[in-house]
Amino acid sequence: MSEKKLMLGNEAIARGAYEAGVKVSAAYPGTPSTEISENIVKYDEIYAEWSPNEKVAMEVAIGASMAGSRALVSMKHVGVNVASDPLYTVSYIGVTGGLVLVAADDPGMYSSQNEQDSRAVARAAHIPVIEPSDSSEAKEFVKFAFDLSEKYDTPVMLRTTTRLSHSQGIVELEERFEPIDIPYEKNIAKNVMMPGNAIKRHPVVEAREKQMAIDGEDFPVNRIEMADKSIGVITSGIPYQYVKEALPNASVLKLGVVNPLPRKMIEKFAKEVDKLYIIEELDPIIEEQVKSWGIECTGKEILTIQGEYSANMLRKAILGAEGDLTAPAQVPMRPPILCPGCPHRATFYALKKLGLHAAGDIGCYTLGAVAPLGVVDTTVCMGSSISTLHGMEKAGGREFIKDWVAVIGDSTFMHTGVNSLINMFYNQGTGTVLILDNSTTGMTGHQDHAATGKTLKGETVLAVDLYKLCHDGIGIENTRIVSAFDSEALTAAIKEEVAREKVSVIIVQAPCALLKSNKPKPAFKIDTEKCVRCGMCMKPGCPAITKKPDGAVAIDATLCNGCGLCEGLCKKGAIVR
Amino acid sequence: MQTKNIMIVGVGGQGTLLTSRILGGLTLRAGFDVKLSEVHGMAQRGGSVVTFVRYGEKVNEPIVEEGQADVLIAFEKLEAMRYAHFLKKDGVLIVNDQRIDPMPVVIGAAEYPEGIIENLEKKYKVLKIDAQKAAATLGNPRTFNIIVLGLAAKHMDFSHEDWLDVIAHTVPEKTIEVNTKAFELGYGM
Repeated sequence: MSEKKLMLGNEAIARGAYEAGVKVSAAYPGTPSTEISENIVKYDEIYAEWSPNEKVAMEVAIGASMAGSRALVSMKHVGVNVASDPLYTVSYIGVTGGLVLVAADDPGMYSSQNEQDSRAVARAAHIPVIEPSDSSEAKEFVKFAFDLSEKYDTPVMLRTTTRLSHSQGIVELEERFEPIDIPYEKNIAKNVMMPGNAIKRHPVVEAREKQMAIDGEDFPVNRIEMADKSIGVITSGIPYQYVKEALPNASVLKLGVVNPLPRKMIEKFAKEVDKLYIIEELDPIIEEQVKSWGIECTGKEILTIQGEYSANMLRKAILGAEGDLTAPAQVPMRPPILCPGCPHRATFYALKKLGLHAAGDIGCYTLGAVAPLGVVDTTVCMGSSISTLHGMEKAGGREFIKDWVAVIGDSTFMHTGVNSLINMFYNQGTGTVLILDNSTTGMTGHQDHAATGKTLKGETVLAVDLYKLCHDGIGIENTRIVSAFDSEALTAAIKEEVAREKVSVIIVQAPCALLKSNKPKPAFKIDTEKCVRCGMCMKPGCPAITKKPDGAVAIDATLCNGCGLCEGLCKKGAIVR
Repeated sequence: MQTKNIMIVGVGGQGTLLTSRILGGLTLRAGFDVKLSEVHGMAQRGGSVVTFVRYGEKVNEPIVEEGQADVLIAFEKLEAMRYAHFLKKDGVLIVNDQRIDPMPVVIGAAEYPEGIIENLEKKYKVLKIDAQKAAATLGNPRTFNIIVLGLAAKHMDFSHEDWLDVIAHTVPEKTIEVNTKAFELGYGM
């Protein structure tokens, strides 16, 4: 009997890549896609890397495909935006070795700035989309995606959502299929996309998509589960599980390929059932197409384009079943917070004391927007802090940004921030940029990048030196390094650089408090004899420090990691080791 | 058998992922179909976290919904209150008597409710445990979640031997002994 394992959706995708004979994998970490690469790296047969951003990762995978090998590239939904430039064009080029892009959407925005639907991007790029509904299918569908990619000469998107990526289910392990690398042949008509060539490839793209729509009826991943015909449901992915739970007797057309749609199959199914529902999370991608064919069906009239669905939600919307439910209790929210000992807290507290605004970016430090720090005013997307600050200056002048800085993490800076800094320097901006260098990609759970000196495979390499990059490379004279926990030096540096009418970079260094290599120092405690309960130590909002009902301040020794920020704030010397 | 629904709730960093991994190992060994759903990413940073475990003959959806949980394991009492309405009418709530103030309470924008466990006891079948105190007797405060799991174990369908075996295969090797003791401590309560 073959081995069965409980696997995260993302782990199953990695296993699928292994079994499919993938040779190259590239990615930039992003919830909920990160664990794909973290599991792929365990297979010695696959070369796997963290690229600086999703566009680069996509291009690495395209190159691997051109060289004749199977390649996988994975990213979160907003990463697909970054990669969309090569994606739209590789659709014209097609593949040599199979090429699969895993796009991980985040309905419910557990860890994202929007809940866009990647299927819309794939439709616009005219590439097929495959959507599994549990871990077992995730593995199988990766293999199917590679077959489809090579059969139809197209990149394929495998779309997952947070619920699939971060749910575990039983997976049966199989052997790796070792594909033979396809020999390279120069073919500029296919691989050089200049107008004269691209114009000949576009009809190929259109014909390919039409053919897949016809063949879709026979794809094993598209199937009809005919049961009670009074209710018919067309669905795919995780919502399929909610349908099976809420409407166990309904007839279901389960789509594995959601683009292009198998029109004939859908028309046939629609004729057989009395009332047809389309159940898909996020946008009405399937629904709008089906309606455009003149088929009567119900979808977003009774369901939302927001967030995740559930069986209870479907019972209510379709069956009108309210259920006998208890109302949730009214309790204080528990939003995510910066960890005890987080160097970002020290930096934000310094900014707060100086009364500065920060143009923010994507990372743990986005949490600097909320109380009690409340320093970050804006956050758009990866790398946007520096460029938005520059735009503010060009609109409002030097006066507007006289009390502003941009804050960006080291990994985000390497992702797309460096372009924005070059732009600020080139176009004579005068902004102050704080690179919060905690030596890792923090929010996604500690992934390396070009400035950490380690690769995804764990090899030690020469790290990109952020100081040299900014100072010697770009030529920003006013570049300096300060420790996040040296509050005096940090405050002085920020004051000086913000006042300077030139671009400046402050690299604020201190490793992430959760990094394994960063051993916590002994915890602090309160000397109750000296403590006057002024509350100064509580101002930066460290979760290790709490006030008891009687007003006494206490430090939780199991949470404190000894960073010393509070010790420096206490004027009475009441915080001791 | 009917699908059994377990929820583990707590504060990011309390070890909900470790406990769900132990439960996953147990259900698989017992030959059940199983699905687990976890929270990764931003929400993990000291936020409210919830893990769902469903096992039975055939499991479809990976989440437990309101009014469906057979067992709700809460590592912190405010989180017990937040998710108590997920319990079935005859469901069991295992709550660790620990208070962790969320940021709105720390900064004075909200109040931590009084008498949480007493109020929950009026509506639900509640098993209360002070796992921090119990863990202190073992000399390792981090084992508190395994103590809670030990107490919860009596309300699930796995043998004592299976629990010990799966724990030994899941926790870091150096901590097998102390975690085994922690489990026995909770199991004996």
